[in-house]
Amino acid sequence: MAVGIIGYGAHLPRRRIKVEEIAKVWGADAPSYKKGLELREKSVPALDEDTITLSVEATRNALARAGIDAKDIGAVYVGSESHPYAVKPSGVTVAEAIGATPDCHCADFEFACKAGSEGMFVAYGLVKAGLIKYGLGIGADTSQGAPGDALEYSAAAGAAAFIMGADDDRMIATIDDSYSFMTDTPDFWRREHQFYPSHGGRFTGEPAYFRTVTGAIKGMLEKSSMKPGDFKYVIFHQPNGKFPKRAGKQLGFNFEQIDVGRLVPTLGNTYSGASPLGLTAVLDVAEPGDRVLMCSYGSGAGSDAFVLTVKDRVREVRDLAPKTRWMLDENVTYLEYGEYAKLRRKIRLAAH
Amino acid sequence: MPPARSWRAYPQVYRLEAARCKKCGKVSFPPRLVCNKCGEREFDRFNMKRTGKVVTHTIIRTPSDEFSGEAPFAVGVVEMDGGGRLTTQIADVSFDELKIGLPVQMEFRRLYTEGDAGVIHYGHKAVPIRQ
Repeated sequence: MAVGIIGYGAHLPRRRIKVEEIAKVWGADAPSYKKGLELREKSVPALDEDTITLSVEATRNALARAGIDAKDIGAVYVGSESHPYAVKPSGVTVAEAIGATPDCHCADFEFACKAGSEGMFVAYGLVKAGLIKYGLGIGADTSQGAPGDALEYSAAAGAAAFIMGADDDRMIATIDDSYSFMTDTPDFWRREHQFYPSHGGRFTGEPAYFRTVTGAIKGMLEKSSMKPGDFKYVIFHQPNGKFPKRAGKQLGFNFEQIDVGRLVPTLGNTYSGASPLGLTAVLDVAEPGDRVLMCSYGSGAGSDAFVLTVKDRVREVRDLAPKTRWMLDENVTYLEYGEYAKLRRKIRLAAH
Repeated sequence: MPPARSWRAYPQVYRLEAARCKKCGKVSFPPRLVCNKCGEREFDRFNMKRTGKVVTHTIIRTPSDEFSGEAPFAVGVVEMDGGGRLTTQIADVSFDELKIGLPVQMEFRRLYTEGDAGVIHYGHKAVPIRQ
C-alpha cells in the first residue's frame, strides 16, 4: 500500500524585517551578517498570529488541495517549539477549527526545529499501519531570538501542513522510505520559564547540524539504495542560507537541486516549519515522477529524512491554494525595528 | 470572558457555523431559534464560506483594555459569499485601502488574551484578498 501526501499547504505572515534594520539597532555590520548567514530578511508574525493560527491556515490550504472531509482526519499533530500554551495542546484547537473533532487523536510535538517532521512521520506511520484513514502533520513556529543575538537575524515564523493518506486517486507524492538519525548533542536549548533560547555558537555547526544532517542523508541513501543524482530536489533544514548549501555540497548535491526548497534567504528560519515549508515550495513546481529528498534537523539533536515520488495529481491541485513562493515574495509589508519589537513582545509594558 | 462562555461559541468563532432557514433560506449568524424573516423553526447548519465583502467599516482608536496594544485597528461588517453577515476586525489592511465592497477572506487569528495567565481567545478576522 502506497502512503504519502494527499494534501499540502503553507501559511506565512505578511510582515518582514530586513537584516539592515536589526543591525543598525545593535551597531552590527549588516553586510557581514547578510554574507555570513546568506539571509536578507525574515518573516514576523503579527500580534494576533501564533503557532496555532498559522497551523490552521496552512491546514485549510492542505484541505483545499486534498479535497477530503476534515472529519476523516484521524490524527492531528502539531510540531513546534513555540506552542502558545505551556500546558494545553495546540492540536485540539487546530482540529476544532478545521472540524476534525471529536473523532481524532491529537498530540503536540517538540524537538527544536525537528518537531514538524516528527508530526509528519507519525501521521505517515499511522496511516501505513492502517490505524487511521488520514493523518495531519504540521510544522509551525513563531520563533524568538534574544535581542542583539545572532539568532535575532533569522528567527522567523511560518507553517506547513501535510495530510497523509493512502488513496491512490488523491496521491500528490508517495513517501517511499524514511530514515532518522538521533544523538544527544547539546547545541541549542531553552530551559523552562526562559523566554529566549541559548545556543552553543559555532558548536551548532560541524558537530551538530552537519554531522546529523549528513548522517541522516547518508543513512537514507544507503537504506533506499539511491544516490544524490537520483533526486530532482533536496530540501534541508535551513537555519541560514549557508548551512543547506554547504551540507548539499558535502553530500554531492548541486545548487539546482537545493535552491527551489531553500526559502531562508528571504523567509528566515521558521524552525519546525523550515524544511516542511521547503517541501511545499518544491511540490508547487515539481513534475510527476520527480524524486524528492527532504531532511529536517532539530537541535538536541536529530534529523528525519524522507524519500518522496511526485505523482500526476500535483498538477491538478497545486493551484487550489496559494503557492509558497507567492506568499514569500508578494503581499509583504516591511517593519521598522520599533514595530518589530512591539509585535514580538520585546517591549516591557505597564501592568494593567 | 470566562472560558466556558467562549467555549460555547466555538462552532461560530472557530468554524463560522451558521443556520439556513429551511423555509425561506435566510442565513442567520449566529444561528437563531426562530427565523426573523418567516418565523420558521427548522434550520440547516453549515459553515459559511470564508470569503466575502466589506459592507461597512470604522476605525477603533480608543479600544477596551484587551485591545489597547493593537489600536488603531479596523472593524467592519462583512457579507459572506453564499450568505451570512458578521462583525469582525479587519487585519493586515492599510486604512487607505479600506472601503465598502473590499473583498476579504476570514483568517484564523488570536482575538485577545486574558492577561498573561488566562486563556487565549481565538477566532476569525477579515484580511484583504490580494491574490
